[in-house]
Amino acid sequence: MICQDYKNLMMAYIDGELEPEARKTFEEHLQSCKECSAELKEFKQLKQLTDDIEFAEPEDRIWEQYWQNIYNRTERTTGWVLFSIAAILLLIYGGFKFIETIIHDPSVGFILKAALLVLIAGAAVLFVSVLRERLYFWKKDRYKNVRR
Amino acid sequence: MDSLCKNTLPMQPSTACELTFESSVKKYMKDAYFIALGLSGNHEDALELSQEAFLKAYRNINHLQNHEKFFPWFYQILRNLCFDYLRKKKTRAGQYLEEIDDESLTNTNNDFNPEAIAERNETKEIIWKAIGQLDEKHREIIILRHFLNQSYEQIARNLFCSKGTVMSRLYYGRKQLKEILNKMKGEH
Repeated sequence: MICQDYKNLMMAYIDGELEPEARKTFEEHLQSCKECSAELKEFKQLKQLTDDIEFAEPEDRIWEQYWQNIYNRTERTTGWVLFSIAAILLLIYGGFKFIETIIHDPSVGFILKAALLVLIAGAAVLFVSVLRERLYFWKKDRYKNVRR
Repeated sequence: MDSLCKNTLPMQPSTACELTFESSVKKYMKDAYFIALGLSGNHEDALELSQEAFLKAYRNINHLQNHEKFFPWFYQILRNLCFDYLRKKKTRAGQYLEEIDDESLTNTNNDFNPEAIAERNETKEIIWKAIGQLDEKHREIIILRHFLNQSYEQIARNLFCSKGTVMSRLYYGRKQLKEILNKMKGEH
């Protein structure tokens, strides 16, 4: 083993994670390597300092409200999803009814009616084009099934 | 509450102990909060990020194939969320502080609030600040080992890596921490 291998073992040594056999091998290496010996001393000091620190425990009410906060947020998300779906459906229905009224209204001129229909046709072409592009790239995406 | 408990998470099938999502949250909320606190450095962000991670886990619970591995799976969500948040925060800070050069920006983390640690004294505050200056991966390993008291095996399971990688990352993490502390000593 080279010195670098012992440096990794050094971590397990100071954390008490080494098997007795490996511990013995490491201690033997320490006797012959001044560099590792000096580094071990420094790491031990650092570990002592770091082990001394603990997180401050938040107030009890934080834990009491923790689940309730998550529940409320889930409930609100569901509410927003339902609201958005209903709003989209109502907008489409309202738009459809509005166009229908204009088309059937004899007082509205032919040019305005034609312009409105062309506008709708343009929006539909744009929508289909974007949707097709999205579907194309989604199918080609090599990473779509990668889950981290 | 029952409507939220559609997904049961059997953590210990041998004892036929079936836990609901709610009980999973209650079981792991402290670990989640403290991990987020170690990565973000302050109470407000830790609370927000850990709760957001549980929400994300709830939405994606169908992707969890083995419910016994809930925590390692959840841990990936939590750490990705924390790291994304920190990167966005750093980018935003970079936009506002264009005059600051890259190196000093990387090494500055003012979010590491000393109030996050118990029984504060000067030494502890200096070390906490130094931990805040470690890069993400090294900070993570130091937090899991020293603050969450996880064994090498637990860390390896949570990070989906080998025990050898844990040892090596701890070595470089502690080495970096030592260097930062020496640099801080030199500045005072």
